[in-house]
Amino acid sequence: MAKPNGMDCSLIDLQTGEHALMVDMRGGKGLVGRLTSLGFTPGVELTMIQNMGRGPLIVLVRDTRIALGRGEAAQILVKRNDR
Amino acid sequence: MKEIAQDFVPIATAKTINEHKTPLIALAGQPNMGKSTLFNLLTGLNQHVGNWSGKTVERREGTFALNGQTVRLVDLPGTYSLTANSPEEVIAREFILREQPDVVVALVSAANLERSLYLVAELISLPSPLIVALNMLDVAEQEGLRIDVEILQAALGVPVVPLVATRAQGVQELLNVIRNVLNGETVLMPRLPEIRADHRQALREISHLISGYVPDPYPTEWVALKLLEGDSELTQLMQRQLPEEVEQAVHNILIQHDDALMAVASGRYEWIGRIIRAAVERPPIGQISLTEKLDRWAAHPFWGLILLGLVLGVVFWVTFSIGSPIQEWLTTHGIGGLASWVSAALQNAPAWTRSLVVDGILGGVGSVLTFLPILAIFFGAFGLLEDVGYMARAAYVMDNFMHLMGLHGKSFLPLFLGFGCNVPAVMGSRVIDSEKSRLLTILVTPFIPCTARLAVVAFIAAAFFGRYATVVSLGYVVLSIVVLFLSGIFLNRLIFKGERSAFIMEMPLYHIPNWRTVGLLVWQRSLAFIQKAGTTILSFSIVLWVLTVLPNGKLESSYLALFGHWIEPIGNLMGLDWRLTVALLSSFVAKENAIATLGIVLGSGEGTALAQTLIAAYSHASALAFLAATMLFVPCAATVAVMRQETGSWKWTFLNISFMLIVSFAFSGAIYWIATSLEV
Ligand SMILES: Nc1nc2c(ncn2[C@@H]2O[C@H](COP(=O)(O)OP(=O)(O)OP(=O)(O)O)[C@@H](O)[C@H]2O)c(=O)[nH]1
Ligand SMILES: [Mg+2]
Repeated sequence: MAKPNGMDCSLIDLQTGEHALMVDMRGGKGLVGRLTSLGFTPGVELTMIQNMGRGPLIVLVRDTRIALGRGEAAQILVKRNDR
Repeated sequence: MKEIAQDFVPIATAKTINEHKTPLIALAGQPNMGKSTLFNLLTGLNQHVGNWSGKTVERREGTFALNGQTVRLVDLPGTYSLTANSPEEVIAREFILREQPDVVVALVSAANLERSLYLVAELISLPSPLIVALNMLDVAEQEGLRIDVEILQAALGVPVVPLVATRAQGVQELLNVIRNVLNGETVLMPRLPEIRADHRQALREISHLISGYVPDPYPTEWVALKLLEGDSELTQLMQRQLPEEVEQAVHNILIQHDDALMAVASGRYEWIGRIIRAAVERPPIGQISLTEKLDRWAAHPFWGLILLGLVLGVVFWVTFSIGSPIQEWLTTHGIGGLASWVSAALQNAPAWTRSLVVDGILGGVGSVLTFLPILAIFFGAFGLLEDVGYMARAAYVMDNFMHLMGLHGKSFLPLFLGFGCNVPAVMGSRVIDSEKSRLLTILVTPFIPCTARLAVVAFIAAAFFGRYATVVSLGYVVLSIVVLFLSGIFLNRLIFKGERSAFIMEMPLYHIPNWRTVGLLVWQRSLAFIQKAGTTILSFSIVLWVLTVLPNGKLESSYLALFGHWIEPIGNLMGLDWRLTVALLSSFVAKENAIATLGIVLGSGEGTALAQTLIAAYSHASALAFLAATMLFVPCAATVAVMRQETGSWKWTFLNISFMLIVSFAFSGAIYWIATSLEV
């Protein structure tokens, strides 16, 4: 894998198929509230199902596939994780 | 586990059912857990679908018999949590706190226990007895998940009942458990989640500060927790309730714990995690699921769009190839037959009653109802795609495109539905969770050519353009979509300043359709359409009929004709004489009325006779202009009524009407002008 493990990046930086642990989330209360109730909490494992470089992406979190706009995904900070 | 638990009164035991009151049961759960499936199963047709007061969220309530006793059942809206992120969440929690149901049945998915228990983590802290219905066991089994119900039950401290709602498995057991909780035989000892240690102190302080100021029916602890979570509604409420200095003290604590929202959520997930580890056995991961395989195509940015195009093509082809012949049959034999029967039956009645019933009511409402088969087929296809899980993929691949107009991926669903009928489409905009995108979707939906408009276009195009009719009709469909697209961009810039709305959507697993669910969707959407036909369209048909017969019973000198002559100068700009103008105006009652009205004002009846009269009377340029005007003209009366209902204001409704009026005049005027210059 080209990018080193362990550095924080944003969810949109993950390539299709990469795994990561969520570190933190920015953004307003409304966005954070909705995302946490869908399972995005610090420490949770995320898998990028589809990220085509543009358009919304699909992330697997707690066995649920969630489609996220790039703006929303950019607010989620993650740490790459190779399992 | 104790700390919070102590402050909440252990509920079930404290509550005794009121003997003379009908027991009230609420179904709660995250979206797609099977609430409505269970609700329909229990209540059958003893249900009423309405709205939650003042909200555009569907409210379903019904009754069923439990051991000979009638109980009320309410299907709460699906919500991921109970924090005020959306109207649905506020409705669900307000209902539980204010109406104090005797039992809340929380549906969770056995196939996705971790996520779906999140709402249970919230519900279990509320003062109504809770029963967990572990639904979708069949799906869990397929995926090789094994769930120990006993352990789950012990860990939650409330009854857990396994269920497969679609096959009605486990329903009797669920009813028994409900009965036992209602009559106090089963005592609940709910075990509540607690929040992360570093925020526990803060929670206690806030509870202490606000105690005594919290209005009924809210539990103090719960409000304190919601304040920590930054809940907008309760923050506002408490700002009104608390004295200045207390509010300041609370505010200071909240500022120090501004990450509390995630801490509270983490706490709940830790609680869930412990339960899951004890109760669920997972197969080793490895095989690629069906959903994943299908999504490689269905959610692909390129192939997904191609697939969507194919799906739409098939839906339209099926709808019209089956539906159109039925509609024609209904028009000639159904309504036509009924009309001659009524004419005969009313032979001795005054002529005006016959005219009212035959021309006014049967001509208006009757011809609208002939569209029902087409709509039912279309709704069926749409409901099937929805139920299988495909619609989320359609929304996903359309999101980029929709955002160009300030719409939302999910806007695609109502817009697609609009090809059937704009009325359910406007109501269908409820699926969009961004208020701005929802409003914008409602404003552009009437540009989608519905089946009724397509019928008018098909008729006129066939009359004037012979073998090019299909090309011409298709051209007008494309024109409508282009106009919709441009209008979306324009209105988004003008009203909403181009602000982008968030896109967050669950992509459910694909599953085999449930015929009862699809059938019920078709039934309810058709029923809504029939109700509109019976109310709005009926009254407008009568008004229109009155305008055609007053003052002296002759159409040529009626008020309608008078009005047509009066505004003819405007119609002339688009190559429309007073007859075409009146036909266009009458399409406001119902789009397909345009044809019937032309039949009346040209005195030639319908069908081929009318087509020949039309060709003799009008130029191709006028026909082209009339088609553009018909496609883009103001929404029909029924659509206007639901627009008012769904936007909650006349302001947006009138904005849409005037906008469409201008657009339709501009386009048909331009088309007339171009066509005459080119001497078509
Ligand atoms: N396989 C399977 N499917 C089910 C079961 N229960 C419900 N479904 C399906 O799950 C889908 C969602 O069911 P609904 O009853 O509409 O879910 P809901 O909880 O009312 O959803 P919202 O109204 O969106 O909150 C439907 O397609 C049902 O047919 C079940 O036990 N097994
Ligand atoms: Mg439902």
